[in-house]
Amino acid sequence: MSSQSEVRFTDFKSDKQPTWCPGCGDFGTMNGMMKALANTGNDPDNTFLVAGIGCSGKIGTYMHSYAIHGVHGRALPVATGVKMARPDIEVMAAGGDGDGYSIGAGHFVHATRRNVDMTYVVMDNRIYGLTKGQASPTSRSDFETSTTPEGSQQPPVNPLALALASGATFIAQSFASDAIRHAEIIEEAIEHDGFGFVNVFSPCVTFNDVDTYDYFRDSLVDLKEEEEDHDRHDYEAAKGVILDTDKEYQGVMYQNENSIPYHERHGVTENMAEIPDGAPENAMDLVREFY
Amino acid sequence: MTEDLNWAIGGEAGDGIDSTGKIFAQALSRAGRHVFTSKDFASRIRGGYTAYKIRTSTDRVQSVVDRLDILVALTQRTIDENLDELHEGSAVIYDGERSWDAEIPDEITAVDVPLKSLAEEAGGAIMLNVVALGAACELTGFDVAYLDEALEKRFGGKGSKIVDNNKDAARKGRDYVQENYDLDLGYALETTDEDYVLLNGDEAIGMGALAAGCRFYAGYPITPATNVMEYLIGRIEQYGGHVVQAEDELSAINMALGAARGGARSMTATSGPGIDLMAETFGLVATSETPLVIVDVMRSGPSTGMPTKQEQGDLNMTLYGGHGEIPRFVVAPTTISECFWKTVEAFNYAEKYQTPVYVVADLALAVTEQTFSPETFDMDAVEIDRGNLLEDDQVAEWLDDQGHFRAHAATEDGISPRAIPGMTDGAHMSTGLEHDELGRRTEDTEVRVEQVDKRNRKVETAKAEEEWDYREFGDEDADDLVVSWGSNEGALREAVALLEDDDVPVRVISVPYIFPRPDLSEEFEAADDVIVVECNATGQFADVLEHDTLQRVKRINKYTGVRFKADELAEEITAKLKEEVPAQ
Ligand SMILES: Cc1ncc(C[n+]2csc(CCOP(=O)(O)OP(=O)(O)O)c2C)c(N)n1
Ligand code: SF4
Repeated sequence: MSSQSEVRFTDFKSDKQPTWCPGCGDFGTMNGMMKALANTGNDPDNTFLVAGIGCSGKIGTYMHSYAIHGVHGRALPVATGVKMARPDIEVMAAGGDGDGYSIGAGHFVHATRRNVDMTYVVMDNRIYGLTKGQASPTSRSDFETSTTPEGSQQPPVNPLALALASGATFIAQSFASDAIRHAEIIEEAIEHDGFGFVNVFSPCVTFNDVDTYDYFRDSLVDLKEEEEDHDRHDYEAAKGVILDTDKEYQGVMYQNENSIPYHERHGVTENMAEIPDGAPENAMDLVREFY
Repeated sequence: MTEDLNWAIGGEAGDGIDSTGKIFAQALSRAGRHVFTSKDFASRIRGGYTAYKIRTSTDRVQSVVDRLDILVALTQRTIDENLDELHEGSAVIYDGERSWDAEIPDEITAVDVPLKSLAEEAGGAIMLNVVALGAACELTGFDVAYLDEALEKRFGGKGSKIVDNNKDAARKGRDYVQENYDLDLGYALETTDEDYVLLNGDEAIGMGALAAGCRFYAGYPITPATNVMEYLIGRIEQYGGHVVQAEDELSAINMALGAARGGARSMTATSGPGIDLMAETFGLVATSETPLVIVDVMRSGPSTGMPTKQEQGDLNMTLYGGHGEIPRFVVAPTTISECFWKTVEAFNYAEKYQTPVYVVADLALAVTEQTFSPETFDMDAVEIDRGNLLEDDQVAEWLDDQGHFRAHAATEDGISPRAIPGMTDGAHMSTGLEHDELGRRTEDTEVRVEQVDKRNRKVETAKAEEEWDYREFGDEDADDLVVSWGSNEGALREAVALLEDDDVPVRVISVPYIFPRPDLSEEFEAADDVIVVECNATGQFADVLEHDTLQRVKRINKYTGVRFKADELAEEITAKLKEEVPAQ
């Protein structure tokens, strides 16, 4: 593969044609991820991508890197394991809102609180795509789907608030079709020392006719624009925008400047793939301990 | 009197029963005596009956018996629970000053020692158990000085004052008995110059993992597997490894999978309920051909069952669990030392064959401590085989025309090359979806069959390449055959000796491999009767052996939650041999 200096974002593209519906937000989400990886000096041989299950999870097939497409909801623990074994490798996890906030909600809380050094991209289309249109944890309470014919009557999960409550050190949101800003935000998440969480509005053009491109285009407020100039290091300010569910924000809501990633906190520095040919030297000490 | 002494301390959970028992066990081991311990514990931290039993001899001991010689009773329940095992030569040490009037049958020697008061004199009531140990030394003719080393080991970290107080407490117990009783129970514990180590099955598994180069462990606490994690934490770091206490077993196995994909030797350990939770990811481990060691320390099921009780009920789950058809290896240590060696083997199988490997141990192995000579765990004999893990410059040989790495290449032996992150040009995708050689999803009928066959071929290769042997003892010319797996081996070894005395010769085969496993057809053919012994109700191992050999077997099953005892097994085997052979 290409050496670092000449990596282009297309190096992260596999030659499999995506089977996403034409117009699916996941195309834009993926392009931004590839650009951000290239821009931050990574290449496919030092990148590990863990994909969830769902339309979003198919991303592992369309990107090129070391990758695993796991079981539903478990991308974050897998990514945690990879990062522990290989602190030298860039680790990214990606999946849908169902994958991340429903079946995987427990793992989301714990990966966040551990502050594992990875980037987690959630393609939030506020619907279950792959299983053909059931309510997801981020669906609006009055949104009618095949499993909620009268709406769920439950408030949606606020993933950013969940992250904040779990002690997140980097919380951001982007919009798949705002290509430049989206890639920029992912890039920041990659560069963050710790758990870089990005919730991406990634519209499902087939099953969600409420949270559409037009809806996001019209309602999106960018925290970087002048009148919204937001201090991401100010926890109270972050809380304000995260808990303000009347608006759809884009940008980095919160970043903790003192973030220490899990592996550093625990002194994990070695490439765990390298082990000697036999038992470690002085291994008999392990036995003598039982004298 | 007999050289073989059975000692126990019992009380309420929280009374420090475990650590007191362990101190005595260590002292005996330091004195060059063999030790075999067992624990009765209830599934609560305070308020449940709990006991720690030690069988000790200058010969090797490897099972429990129905006899108790010296009992330290901190509660009446301790006496009641053990009445059956007490005999005329037994003594019960108790504290008559404490609030209960001990009811002890007349024929048993009651030794009333003011444990608490003496402990207070030595510096604190908390040491009353140690006073009892001193008293036990006097009754058994065991030099209290051997306790000192064990006390130093136990309390050394807390400062010399604490150690000295404890030594003093032990002497106070000894002196009290010496001065107030004129007893000769006939016990005189001999010592030898042997140096033994004393460890349990969970510790042996953890030690095996470290010896085998395990660098990553993720687990979620569950009895009786937690000790594996507790052992590794604090030790794995010295080799650059790390333990994560995951949020649940789903997470644990997925973390372990991730680390393995990163190239680390990786492991998780749990017990039945956790194995159930891991089943989905188990399939992913196998289809993505990730080397992973999964330890199942069996307890009594189903559901939460009897968490602190013995059973061998998970064989079917480990052998067949998971949806679809999944190649896997299942090894099952039959002794504590095998817990070490089979774990080492498991890591090699996992990497050589790029499969998940179950190490299935049972509670009786996991919590039992036993003495071994240190050379039993000869670290120089540990070999590490990483299988087809490529060197950086070998990756190129495995690229297709377009330059894609063939991570699941359908080789003749079913084993593919393995590239890990950081290797140039090795980048590839792996998935639990059916996939082609490159790891990409497919529903192509031919590729599906090719990949299923390829994965199963690894098992055929392993069957041909490795020795899936068994251990044999008893009378090799006997007409009747007893087969067993797991911890029953210890009790069977002693049962065989008892049977020999009664002129009932049997040949015993103890099998540490569940899958692949040795072919016992010829042995079964040659035997008159075959009896399969296991701690479960339905005879899961007997079922697979009948299936393999097309021959009916007799079964001895125990599912009370308590392990087999030697004398009980000898009786049951004798009775079974008299029963008619089941219809073929
Ligand atoms: C254990 C398990 N339960 C259910 C499923 C079925 N399933 C596949 S994808 C999915 C939901 C995906 O929704 P989301 O994560 O929002 O992703 P999207 O398809 O919308 O991108 C479900 C329920 C599964 N694969 N595994
Ligand atoms: S169903 Fe929705 S989420 Fe899935 S590919 Fe189509 S548009 Fe995208």
